[in-house]
Amino acid sequence: MLTGKKGWAGLKIIVFLLSLMPFLLLVNDAINDQLGANPVEALHFGFGDWALRFLCIGLALTPIKTITGQRWPIRFRRMMGLFAFFYASLHLLVFIGLDLSFSWEAFKDEVPKSPYILMGLLTFLLLIPLAVTSTKKMQKRLGRSWLKLHRLVYVAGLTALVHYFWLVKLDYTEPLIYAAVIGALLGIRIAVYCRKSGKLFEP
Amino acid sequence: MLIKTKSNILNSEVTDRAVFESRREFIKAATILSAGVMLPISGHAETGKNIGPYSAKLHVTDREDVTSYTNYYEFSSNKKDSTILARALKTKPWSVEVAGEVEKSGVYNLEDILKDNPVQERIYRFRCVEAWSMVVPWLGFPLGEMLQRFKPTSKAKFVEFTTLYNPEIMIGQRSNGLDWPYVEGLRMDEAMHPLTIMATGMYGDELPNQNGAPLRLIVPWKYGFKSIKAIVKIRFMENMPGTAWHKSAPDEYGFYANVNPEVAHPRWSQSHERVLGSSIFTPKRNTEKFNGYGEEVAALYSDMDLKKYF
Repeated sequence: MLTGKKGWAGLKIIVFLLSLMPFLLLVNDAINDQLGANPVEALHFGFGDWALRFLCIGLALTPIKTITGQRWPIRFRRMMGLFAFFYASLHLLVFIGLDLSFSWEAFKDEVPKSPYILMGLLTFLLLIPLAVTSTKKMQKRLGRSWLKLHRLVYVAGLTALVHYFWLVKLDYTEPLIYAAVIGALLGIRIAVYCRKSGKLFEP
Repeated sequence: MLIKTKSNILNSEVTDRAVFESRREFIKAATILSAGVMLPISGHAETGKNIGPYSAKLHVTDREDVTSYTNYYEFSSNKKDSTILARALKTKPWSVEVAGEVEKSGVYNLEDILKDNPVQERIYRFRCVEAWSMVVPWLGFPLGEMLQRFKPTSKAKFVEFTTLYNPEIMIGQRSNGLDWPYVEGLRMDEAMHPLTIMATGMYGDELPNQNGAPLRLIVPWKYGFKSIKAIVKIRFMENMPGTAWHKSAPDEYGFYANVNPEVAHPRWSQSHERVLGSSIFTPKRNTEKFNGYGEEVAALYSDMDLKKYF
């Protein structure tokens, strides 16, 4: 394991660049017309997939810490969360900017008719306060309520899943995979919570 | 974010009929004015084949886009995977069973069917229920003329079509999802309408497997899922057949499935469509009622509430 401040900073830069790769690859494909017959959809789904993946990675760090007893996963929690927000923002930006061409008329026509879009917007709204309060300064300022606030990410994980399930036409394989992952990651937390609170009643 | 696209000369005008209809002048002007202008080959509607009626002068979608983006759940629900998996299908020899309320029922070789039905080119818009669209130069023949030869009885009010069932090759049929085999149907007057064709080819060539080889239906004023692929059975019926997507989600997919921007799918709007092959900055196209074929087909539904019978 790397040690020292320099080591961690270097590792963080590597993880940061790796996390940026999906974005660079998708933009590169867009520039070179490599996104296939429906490039807007490819960008839209691509960013959406990565938002969900980073949300899963972010949710996995605390359970990894719990299971391994190592503290290092927590060092990456903020970055992973912010990348989830970054990809979710791009996902929404592609929808508003490219799919609806920034047209308010199109927004009014499409969004109210689509429960899954509304669920996606709700998910994004839930992520905004988390991204805004992600700095160390805000963490200190909010104290205990910061922890409570950031439990919203569990809700966002669930609404993101509902968003995915509602847009599928027939084949639920992919959202089921994400549901299994998020279900397991939240399940571990519930198990840990039950064990801790159970101890309170022990003699 | 600065993004350029390859051929922005005509791609930006994909949906602009007025511009495209005057393309001869445009091409002439472009040729004279700038020798350096590259025109995409797909810009030409005619391919010099036997061109049938209704072949509206539309900007044909690139063949590459039409063959790499297909909904073929018999193979996969992923549009790219299905194009690759469909290669495994053998389409020769092929026969079609004709059954039900018909005098000349029996099993017909596709080759014999083709002898009686010379193909012509039809350039049609194709609008998917998922709100994307394309323009394809199909090769085919009018379904009505073919059906008449089998002499349907007076009891025949509907025609039902069935796709091949072969889960060994069509691996999507191994999982539940739709009630396999895929079934679609038309009212007799819809089937007899001269716009409705049986397609055996496209872009002047045979149908690629992923696009429904060797024989598929094309009903240009209806959502794409009506245009059933790899047909092995045609049955004439007195009652409305139960069709695949309708059975799977009756509130989302109707039997008629006429393209209609005024009737939204329960989960998304149908008022606009993404034109395949257009650049990422091209806005969506306004969907036309009956996919732009209202003049020809609206009379078929004159006494029907299209919101109820969607």
